[in-house]
Amino acid sequence: MSSTVPSAVKRPRRPKGRIGGHGWVAPVLLILPTVIVIGVFVYGLIGSNINTSLQDRHTIGPSQGFAGLDNYRDLFTDDDFIYSLRNLLLYTATFLVGTLCLGFLWAWLLERKARGESLFRAIYLFPMAVSFVASGVVWRWLLNNAEGERASGLNRLFDTLHLDFLQNPWWTDERWGILAIAVPAIWQLSGYVMALFLAGFRGIPEELREAARMDGASEWQLYRHVIFPQLSPVALSAIIIIGHMSLKVFDLIMAIAGQTNYTTQVPATQMWIEFTRGDYAKSAAIGTVLLVIVAILIVPYLVSTYRQERRR
Amino acid sequence: MTTDAIPAAVATKIPGQRSRGIWRTIKYVLLIVFALIVLIPAYVLIVTSFKGLGDATPANAWKLPESWETAGWARAWEQLGPALGRTFAMVIPASIISSVLGSMNGFVLSKWRFPGADVVFTLILFGMFIPYQAVMVPLVQLMGNLGVPSGIPSLIVLHVVYGLPITTLIFRNYYAGVPVELVEAARVDGAGMLRTYASVILPISAPAFVVVLMWQFTSAWNDYLFALFFSTSQNGPVTIALNFLASGQLQDYSASMAGALIASVPTLIIYILLGRYFVGGLMAGSVKG
Repeated sequence: MSSTVPSAVKRPRRPKGRIGGHGWVAPVLLILPTVIVIGVFVYGLIGSNINTSLQDRHTIGPSQGFAGLDNYRDLFTDDDFIYSLRNLLLYTATFLVGTLCLGFLWAWLLERKARGESLFRAIYLFPMAVSFVASGVVWRWLLNNAEGERASGLNRLFDTLHLDFLQNPWWTDERWGILAIAVPAIWQLSGYVMALFLAGFRGIPEELREAARMDGASEWQLYRHVIFPQLSPVALSAIIIIGHMSLKVFDLIMAIAGQTNYTTQVPATQMWIEFTRGDYAKSAAIGTVLLVIVAILIVPYLVSTYRQERRR
Repeated sequence: MTTDAIPAAVATKIPGQRSRGIWRTIKYVLLIVFALIVLIPAYVLIVTSFKGLGDATPANAWKLPESWETAGWARAWEQLGPALGRTFAMVIPASIISSVLGSMNGFVLSKWRFPGADVVFTLILFGMFIPYQAVMVPLVQLMGNLGVPSGIPSLIVLHVVYGLPITTLIFRNYYAGVPVELVEAARVDGAGMLRTYASVILPISAPAFVVVLMWQFTSAWNDYLFALFFSTSQNGPVTIALNFLASGQLQDYSASMAGALIASVPTLIIYILLGRYFVGGLMAGSVKG
């Protein structure tokens, strides 16, 4: 391959193709298993899934023929699926705003050598070690929708604290129920965002702050012109990581509300239900829609990362 | 403190110090309040897990147990014990294999590069972000066709395969910080690729291995999606068994909460022991990516 590349001809000092030498055959061989596996399990299967989504295959048996975009048309004219997408959007927006605000606030409170920093950091971070299934067990109890006499969980706590107006039906509410699922998600991942921001704060050279102070910058100006710009790559990473996690939300909903609950439906739970029904085409179509949504977020990020790498 | 260095602050030193003291108080009050809020679910888990069957009523919801009983823990252990063993059998090989492969990939992509390495890296990285729902239908068929038995064997394969992008990313970013001279020196000495990797790169890889093993262990341990598609409560990992226990018809809260704690102990221990490395690893894994 490289012999056809003109630039390689100009630089003959690198012995090409010798295994163990400076050539590219050895590294390619070493990475080949990964490339093949990812090629098959990621790209091959995405292709195969798209193919299934274009088939008339709504039972366990083989395809009844090519269906074109019918399955997608059915999805986007289905009120339940639109409701799922709306839920996903609301959930993602809440999850993102919640984790970014709390994560930033915690990092900001901790960044200036606070006493007991490592203890607070450990407390804020520990929920992320727990699985969504395990935290779902306790959050299902906390988010119990019973009110008044029968109330338990958070509703009971609000009652005891004379904050009755805060009592609400949580995830069983048809309009805003999905936001109740974002509460445990925020609880679990704000610490992670905090750790990202803390790393970002620590990466800002002290001289930069000193220089700004010397120039007579106020605290606000210091943040506006020095700190925030330095933290923006971290914020972007956090948005990408939390955003793509959020779009895949599944475990929490299964653990808290269960797969059949209407008010917390998202594409991922619908995909699972259709799969268990044997409606492979519809299941595959939902999977593809999810992929497209995630790709809208991820691909620009990957492309810009790739460009940066090239510039190095 | 640092105010001394700034002349303008001298005039307002005393009020400045007072407001600084108030600010410090506010800061610690906030930190403590947030810590208490974050700990609420932990309190509920522990307290409820020790309650007897008659004690888990709404009226007693937030109270300490009337008598501390371990029956809930016994019931949870009975249901989760075997699954716990299976989860270890799944997570340990899966995280070791994907870490070793990720380390070799990271080396090749950062220090022993080949034409198109960046494209290959970006294409591998995409695999980290895909929603697995987008491959699940054909994946179930493929695993069946390959003849990999359902349950733990399938899940090991899947956690290795879909763990490769992130392990490769973390190692690649870690090795990017290794001075080129180290590798070049080995080359000059006539060491081949594998020897350079084994004698130069591997010995300095311990910090990255800690982060990657931790990450892989946790994500495989906590996985529910693959487990749901590729195992049952009879042959699956602890997340499946726990959800089975917790979503039963009888709401056995004390056993469910004890079960949630049992299922979380391994990853919590890892975080408590190695949390420092994890925060460091975030720098390598995410911020730079």
